[in-house]
Amino acid sequence: MEQLVEQILEPHFNFWIYVILMMIGLWAVIAKNNLIKKLIGLSIFQTAIILFYVSLGVKEDANIPIKKPTPIEYSEKAYGSEADNKNAYAAAGKTPANEKADSKAGDPQKKKAYEKINPDKIANPLPHVLMLTAIVVGVATLGVALAIAQMIFKEFGTLEEDEVLKVIKGGEQDD
Amino acid sequence: MTDQFPAIIVLAPMFGSLIVALVGNRDHRFCLPIVVTSLLISFGAALGVTREVFTSGPVDYFMGGWKEPLGIGIHLRIDAFNSLVLLVIGVVSLLVSSFSLRRTGPKNEEKTPQFFILYLLLCTGLFGITVTGDAFNLFVLIEVSSLASYGLVAMGSNRRGTHAAFNYVIMGTVGASFYLIGVGYLYMKTGSLNMMDIRTILASNQAIAESNAITISFFFILVGIWIKMAFFPLAGWLPNAYSYCPSTSSCLLAPLMTKVSVYVMIRVMMSIFGFEWVFSNPFWTDLVVWLSVIAILAGSIFALAQSEIKKMLCYLIIAEVGYMVGGAWLADSGRWGLTGSIYHIIADAMMTLCLFIAAGTFARKLNATKIIDLEGLFKKAPWTSVGFIVGALAMIGVPPTCGFFSKFYLIRGGIDAGHWGFVTALLISSLINAILFFRIFEIAHFGNKPAEGHDHDHHEEKVEKIPGHWSAHVPLLASAAGIILIGVFNGQIVELIRVALGEIPAVAANLKN
Repeated sequence: MEQLVEQILEPHFNFWIYVILMMIGLWAVIAKNNLIKKLIGLSIFQTAIILFYVSLGVKEDANIPIKKPTPIEYSEKAYGSEADNKNAYAAAGKTPANEKADSKAGDPQKKKAYEKINPDKIANPLPHVLMLTAIVVGVATLGVALAIAQMIFKEFGTLEEDEVLKVIKGGEQDD
Repeated sequence: MTDQFPAIIVLAPMFGSLIVALVGNRDHRFCLPIVVTSLLISFGAALGVTREVFTSGPVDYFMGGWKEPLGIGIHLRIDAFNSLVLLVIGVVSLLVSSFSLRRTGPKNEEKTPQFFILYLLLCTGLFGITVTGDAFNLFVLIEVSSLASYGLVAMGSNRRGTHAAFNYVIMGTVGASFYLIGVGYLYMKTGSLNMMDIRTILASNQAIAESNAITISFFFILVGIWIKMAFFPLAGWLPNAYSYCPSTSSCLLAPLMTKVSVYVMIRVMMSIFGFEWVFSNPFWTDLVVWLSVIAILAGSIFALAQSEIKKMLCYLIIAEVGYMVGGAWLADSGRWGLTGSIYHIIADAMMTLCLFIAAGTFARKLNATKIIDLEGLFKKAPWTSVGFIVGALAMIGVPPTCGFFSKFYLIRGGIDAGHWGFVTALLISSLINAILFFRIFEIAHFGNKPAEGHDHDHHEEKVEKIPGHWSAHVPLLASAAGIILIGVFNGQIVELIRVALGEIPAVAANLKN
């Protein structure tokens, strides 16, 4: 049992979670009779895929992919142009030539600061960005599906699929 | 300006839909001109790109100028294969826009702007699917076109259509999600989303290409696209969704959605995984071809059982999807099956368009939705009948029409690959199509009562012609002409397709032999 947990469950923990969630969602989509419950299942299904993608970008001990400016860079005017603009408003006496010289002096050290970044310490942001798009797509799909469910409720007076099918079959016999 | 053509193809209908949303609500008459203008711009750009492709090779376009394959840039790539599909989408959407000039029903009348917004968004999605060279971007565009098509299906006044639309949403979303999972595994292994990039990584790194994750990814992508294209066991959503939606919607959806999905399948096989990898295991290729045999036979037999015209056509689409999937998976060394499959994408788009416009016109003018209602059709509506007959003959596969030639190439591929089951299924399906359509011709020409025909006084001859409108006749006859032209010029089109396939080295080597 321990071996099972150690060898199969633990190293692929994220995959197990996503597969289980996905199966719960698919089961609801296929087996549930209520249309809204089907949609809930569909959302669980999509969320499982989002979890899967997000887990792809995770690294152990990794930080968020935002580059923190170090104190050195602050003094080197990492955000040079903005700070310079403020300075320019405050002290109009500064010449453009001086500014140029300042930023040039800062360049080598800045480069050093960039080189320090270790890719293993930063989570991969791309899957997260992709999932932002997928979440938007999922929301749009859910919106359309809910609107159609509402139309079904208006036309059939029910949200249970077997009752809807009964009404449809009854209508066919009338024809 | 010409550099920007690939972007314009996608952006023109998108901005067109925004303009329709802004202006169309004030006066419904503005809608159609805007739609036609944006589609014309798109079609013009597609023509320009096609010209460039056939003079100087594939066109690459990087959205926003992000050239490095970092995964942030969107790469649009147009080669000989997509440019043909682009032209088909342009022609079909333009012809249907003429057909949608006169939409009937009070419920539809007030929703004109909404209809055209969805119409243009659907075109945006389809053009985008065709031009994109990025696997994730493809997912987003599949969803753009699918969301628009859910709306178009749900717009009808038939309440069965609403229920069909709901099922379509569920199935479509599950299909797209499967595709997304597949892309996830692909990204996990290769670290790239750019199709060309993935292709080079898979081709150069044997360990990655043979890993289980890539196989699983291919399986998920394939099943996802099969749901979208209504490949037989996964086609449950299609017949109801396409037959109970407004006829203008079905005219646009039926020729384009399934065909573009077939394009996506071939594109994934060709540009992401590569044919050598896909066809490396003969067991799987055989299995898929047998599945397509089942799809062809099931589609044809179900079509035989239908009494409604549109529903019959929907089951025929399922059979035709079987043709294309089977052709693409034949894996014969000369790639004739694949050529036939690509040719059939173009031919079937025209055939389906023609038949669905004809069915829509029957429903509108004669109020005929069932086959029995078509009594005396040839006298009542001669022009519509001409279009319908051409479409029907193409479906059966009578020589001057394109249906014959696509079957010819597919059967040639089947014989080359030695897959006699596929060849037999094609022939049986042609025979069933002949039965289906000649039954309709009989009813349309002689009426429903064959035995009592002589005793009756011939009051049927007094049947008045029901005047048609040019907005229905023009697209119908244009698509009929298209069917014959694609058939007559099949040699040139097939040559272009062979050029498109020749871009892959393995095929190029085979072509020389």
